[in-house]
Amino acid sequence: MTSITLDGVAHAYDGKPRSESDYQLKLFTHVWEHGLAYALLGPSGCGKTTLLNIISGLVIPSEGRVLFSDKDVTHLPTEQRNIAQVFQFPVIYDTMSVAENLAFPLKNRRLSKPVIDRRVAEIAAMLDLTDDLNRRARGLTADAKQKISLGRGLVRSDVSAVLFDEPLTVIDPALKWELRSKLKTVHRALDLLMIYVTHDQIEALTFADKVVVMNDGRAVQIGTPAELFYRPEHTFVGYFIGSPGMNFMRAGVRGDRAQVAGFEFGLGQVYDNLPAGQPVQVGVRPEFVSVTSGSGLPAQVRRIADLGRKRLAYVNLGDHPLVVTIPREVEGLGEVVNILIDSANTHVYVADARVQGRAP
Amino acid sequence: MTFALDHIGFDVGGDRVIDDVCLTFAPASLNVLLGPTLAGKTTIMRLMAGLDQPSTGRLLLDGEDVTGTPIRKRSVAMVYQQFINYPSFTVYENIASPLRGAGVAKAEIDKQVREAARVLRLENLLQRLPAQLSGGQQQRTAIARALVKRAGLVLLDEPLANLDYKLREELREELPRIFSRTGAILMYATTEPSEALLLGGSTITLSAGRVTQFGPTSKVYRNPVHIDAARVFSDPPLNELPVAKQDGTIKDRSGRPLGRIDGLSDRPDGGYRVAFRADAASIGPAATGELSFYGKVVITEISGSESFIHVDVGVGTWVCLVSGVHEWAPGRTAVVNIDPRQVFVFDASGRRVQANVLEGAEP
Repeated sequence: MTSITLDGVAHAYDGKPRSESDYQLKLFTHVWEHGLAYALLGPSGCGKTTLLNIISGLVIPSEGRVLFSDKDVTHLPTEQRNIAQVFQFPVIYDTMSVAENLAFPLKNRRLSKPVIDRRVAEIAAMLDLTDDLNRRARGLTADAKQKISLGRGLVRSDVSAVLFDEPLTVIDPALKWELRSKLKTVHRALDLLMIYVTHDQIEALTFADKVVVMNDGRAVQIGTPAELFYRPEHTFVGYFIGSPGMNFMRAGVRGDRAQVAGFEFGLGQVYDNLPAGQPVQVGVRPEFVSVTSGSGLPAQVRRIADLGRKRLAYVNLGDHPLVVTIPREVEGLGEVVNILIDSANTHVYVADARVQGRAP
Repeated sequence: MTFALDHIGFDVGGDRVIDDVCLTFAPASLNVLLGPTLAGKTTIMRLMAGLDQPSTGRLLLDGEDVTGTPIRKRSVAMVYQQFINYPSFTVYENIASPLRGAGVAKAEIDKQVREAARVLRLENLLQRLPAQLSGGQQQRTAIARALVKRAGLVLLDEPLANLDYKLREELREELPRIFSRTGAILMYATTEPSEALLLGGSTITLSAGRVTQFGPTSKVYRNPVHIDAARVFSDPPLNELPVAKQDGTIKDRSGRPLGRIDGLSDRPDGGYRVAFRADAASIGPAATGELSFYGKVVITEISGSESFIHVDVGVGTWVCLVSGVHEWAPGRTAVVNIDPRQVFVFDASGRRVQANVLEGAEP
């Protein structure tokens, strides 16, 4: 049972940082719990790979400590940290069979043959590789090779953590579904700490118990997929999670009412004393604003997008662009539609941070 | 201009990798080429660009045969998945390069480069070298170069595949707009159904070198005429159920009789394939209709607003999409209830058998 603690970790690649902006990874403390699956999610350059590399030992942080259980490993190299890694591109031995590839990390640990055979068979069964065990790895498709890489990452049962760096980026969409659900099934069966870096929100949300959303070197929110969707604590999370992301509108907020571009609508909570002099925004996801045939706020339709299982309207409320959902039963749209904002799922942000109101 | 592929075939080492492709593109149209890796998307684009010569068939530009015309004499621009720029040229010179080659006057070059840079938000980066740019900026430079070429045919081969998710979302919105102003025929290759839907226009579904359908994007999505078109255009993957019609009764593999399936009643006995997308299925503790199937939950994936529930129903694993957050534990018994109005039926050759299919069939 190993948990991993990052205690006041920060990193600047370039020698001596003078201000906070010189850090590629800003001050971060977190305990990664044994048995959970985490995703590190953010755009390129957000610091997610730096964070992973600090855990794996490829990068020694400028500040802070890395603990595996209670042991300080901050300065230990990767091979002394007892972790397994899976990378974006397959790392396997072409001349070996699939079984030998899977057994390799175990042979290195000098485990007995019966133990190795049992474990290889178990992992192969989980990943549907049983029929391929005696094939040479050479000549397999890129997808199949990446599956073997995943297997090699998962084959050791004694690791502190398995780290994945964008492992499914090069995989075709249909197979991605299969591998992702396999990975999740394996995670449930094996009771391992897994940390998974990706820029793909669907991958992060569907794989992880908890997602760390990163932007500009900072972890802006750590939460379950539902928390990130229903209650983004930062405007960046609202924007980055969801496709399209959350609508944000400059607003005046008084009590439980919001004023946007001359229109007024209700909020789910009461906001008494918002700090003055800071930008106030109201945020609501496209899923919670819908076109209605009843009464609502009048909005101009700019464009309609048919996404197959849902349709979206890109509208203007006054001078505010909004993306809203068109319910299935609504057929043709006029140039002006009425929209309904779900107050229970509308949040208030001051200087990009969510403000908790009080119950009405 | 119009551009057409007329019975185009292409052989590699004796294998037919592109088979009898016939497509006609309208002027200023947006066309999505949708298919998995190795379906032949890049090969078709290379044939259209003139980089490879077809083994059979003709390429027609405004009705005129241009099959043998060298690429330099064709009005074609291509953008690849891997950003390709001249490493020793600045962004400015990279964008200007096709104009310099064409002998355009200096002042005109400057005007066009700055205009393209403005549209692609590269104005502040014009003096940088490609190595000093992010991936998104490098790809925008490659796209700007394609834009100044004012080509009649613009081929974008998975242009956003290597970019970050959110950047893709933004560029995907902008690209069709940018090129539609030039009147070019735009061809956009992708592996992702959602990208095709977001782009709109028309979609060509491609499987193993063959075109299975070509039509308005939402029509192809809602009304696939071939099982391969439905498979290529489904994410999560298409759920399938092989059935047999025997003495007028429809049964699944285990021999269980199924209820009425629209479109099968007037069909001869034989093997068929019933298919439906993840959102056509709901999950319940009890059966609610004639198309209800018992299974065991394999895994639940929650994407925030939606839950994807994978259910093993014996003939394979289906993915069902349920709105909201639902944590169905693995191993639990679940019933998949399929909406009969959202079921596709295909015959043994893969052709759709339902009557309503015909309206979506024409290319």
